[in-house]
Amino acid sequence: MTTPHPRTGRGRTATALAAIGVALTLVAAGCGDGDDAGAQDVVLEGVDDGAEITMWTRAATQDQATALVDAYNASHKNQVKLTVIPTDDYQARIGAAAGSQDLPDLFALDVVFTPNFTSAGLYLDITDRIAALPFKDSLAPSHLKVGTFEDRRYTVPHILDLSVLFYNKDLYREAGLDPEKPPATLAEFAEQARAVDGLGGGVDGTFFGGNCGGCLVFTWWPTLWAGGTQVMNAEGTESMLASPEAKQVYDIYRGLVADGITAPGTKDEAGPTWTGVFPEGKVGIMPMPSTTLGLMPEGLDVGVAPIPGLTGGSSTFVGGDSIGIAANSEVANQAWHFLSWTLSDEAQIEVVAKNKDVLARTDLAENKYTAEDPRAVLINRLAASGQTPYSMKFGETFNDPQGPWLPLIRAAVFGDPAGVDELNAAITAALSG
Amino acid sequence: MSQKAPWRRSRRLKGMGYAAPVAVFVALFFVAPLLLVGQMSVRDWPLLRGDQGSNFPDNYTAIAGNPLFWPAVGFTLKYTAIVVVALLALSLLMALIVQESRPGTGFYRTVYFLPATLGLASASLLFWGFYSPSIGPVNTILTGLGLIDEPISFTGSPGAALTSTVVLIVWKFAGFFMLILLVGLQAIPPEVYEAARMDGANRRQVFTRITLPLLRPSLGLVLILSVTGSLLAFDQFFILTKGGPDNSTVTVVQLIYREAFQRLDLGTAAAMSAVVLLVLLVLNIGQFRLLRRDRDG
Repeated sequence: MTTPHPRTGRGRTATALAAIGVALTLVAAGCGDGDDAGAQDVVLEGVDDGAEITMWTRAATQDQATALVDAYNASHKNQVKLTVIPTDDYQARIGAAAGSQDLPDLFALDVVFTPNFTSAGLYLDITDRIAALPFKDSLAPSHLKVGTFEDRRYTVPHILDLSVLFYNKDLYREAGLDPEKPPATLAEFAEQARAVDGLGGGVDGTFFGGNCGGCLVFTWWPTLWAGGTQVMNAEGTESMLASPEAKQVYDIYRGLVADGITAPGTKDEAGPTWTGVFPEGKVGIMPMPSTTLGLMPEGLDVGVAPIPGLTGGSSTFVGGDSIGIAANSEVANQAWHFLSWTLSDEAQIEVVAKNKDVLARTDLAENKYTAEDPRAVLINRLAASGQTPYSMKFGETFNDPQGPWLPLIRAAVFGDPAGVDELNAAITAALSG
Repeated sequence: MSQKAPWRRSRRLKGMGYAAPVAVFVALFFVAPLLLVGQMSVRDWPLLRGDQGSNFPDNYTAIAGNPLFWPAVGFTLKYTAIVVVALLALSLLMALIVQESRPGTGFYRTVYFLPATLGLASASLLFWGFYSPSIGPVNTILTGLGLIDEPISFTGSPGAALTSTVVLIVWKFAGFFMLILLVGLQAIPPEVYEAARMDGANRRQVFTRITLPLLRPSLGLVLILSVTGSLLAFDQFFILTKGGPDNSTVTVVQLIYREAFQRLDLGTAAAMSAVVLLVLLVLNIGQFRLLRRDRDG
């Protein structure tokens, strides 16, 4: 009697075929499209019926988002469930969720990523809902623009984050500078930084994220805009970051680095801790997000000023998050109820302005809270004069550490500036690729 | 008699029944994703919009044209060589130290193994904190002890970034590989050592002629695991250096991640994944062949 040979034949083949069969079935099933959300009737003013609404936000704007969500949840039947995601991973996580059709009902997006996601049809068309808002004409224009695609609107302004100069008035007085006279040109900025740095004793003139592409577009581009220089063409497919004006900006920062005016760690700062240095009270002046105003320590005498141009004027990067409803959300009316509430007088004044943050509505810039703090008034006024850059390839070009923008500024400021023109061509290639 | 006896058929069915759960598991978590990646790699598949149709062989030809690709391959190979040598040497040394049951051996075995219980991402975040110029304690401690005058920039130069990451990985994995080698060492019968000593072998000869050859299967396992793990390095670089400074620590898997989630293109990412898989397959087959030949030879 022969025993069946355990290694040959049909038993193993059959198992293998079964495995592949199962696999193919699963692949086919997995490839199917998700169901379309049951088409809801549009209720223009939204519905508050106790639904659970899921929402994602990025860590950089979590304080503002949390304040809004908590206030809404406390006073309404609908409950918003907020998830905070690390800023660096946010685009990737949203992209992955989009790919697996697993997006939350509401998701905010950094304004520079919004065009990409809007044009991919991931947001619900809310043109009619926005048109029904009584204050539709005073919503922050640049945030509405990035969420507009083929004349239809998909997002509303959510959290505004402007880049402004923060300076330490105590250090200014010690250095013999007038704390009520912040710099009016970039050269003056450098002079004042040098004056503060001269104090010594662990005090430094300025700081910036030398290894953080996103930090630098936010804080350096306004200087160019102030003088009327553009950084990209209107379509966002060509880079103009090797212009004579741009090179002047790089040179000024290069000088500050070479003379040791920048705090230690500048060259290596990749972003996670770049706004943690100024609040320690040992840095004279540096451009930072306006959302950090409300987080400054009590005893620190902080002044705020617009980012100046090369020869005068000022501008700001109108950043922050735009927010929309996921295209296949099943609670669109409820989600819109929350969104329209966040833009209402009550939310804008009692939550946003009270926290010293920038309002999404230009008609409420002068209110009882901002009136208390002239710095908040200044920042809110800036929102109308700043820019939000537009490009479909923004993230992979300017935010990604492996993108072409970071090598350009590192060469210009820390390395060999002769390579800037060639590196600028690489940026154009990435924007148009 | 060509008919199978009924009991043999039911045995075969029973065997397939036992194997079925594993087969489903393998199908679900290995074969299905593999086929999906193969399919994605020959199609235009943006992350946000889904399958747009075939575009073979564009995804594959685009790989060589990516200016970051060949430097990443070179760096990944260099990193693998350094880590494998460091891990093999250190884990062998540690295993030799703790193989004998002296007082304190149990303590050392535990302490050496402890880092292995931490997840790689958590360990990377921990070391990111240690190395951070603004919040890290290492520079503060070293300066306070008077050992250094200037703070060390742990991730500020290509060499420092690589060294800092190698330190992290060796700290994390040496204990785990020590355990594998320890088991191998303890499987060597003591009679072999006695016989060698009676023949007049000194310690070096015992180590090179007895210990190492008999340890070959364990060493082979450590080699395969560390080579494969290093070629697929991602977590540590993504968290600790983000590929910097100046793209000097970019590994191949980081590029795959970048294609998929920064450039939002699953097709090219899948093509790169397929290429990496092929390379790993060839390498691992080669290593297994080498191992088997040594054992039989």
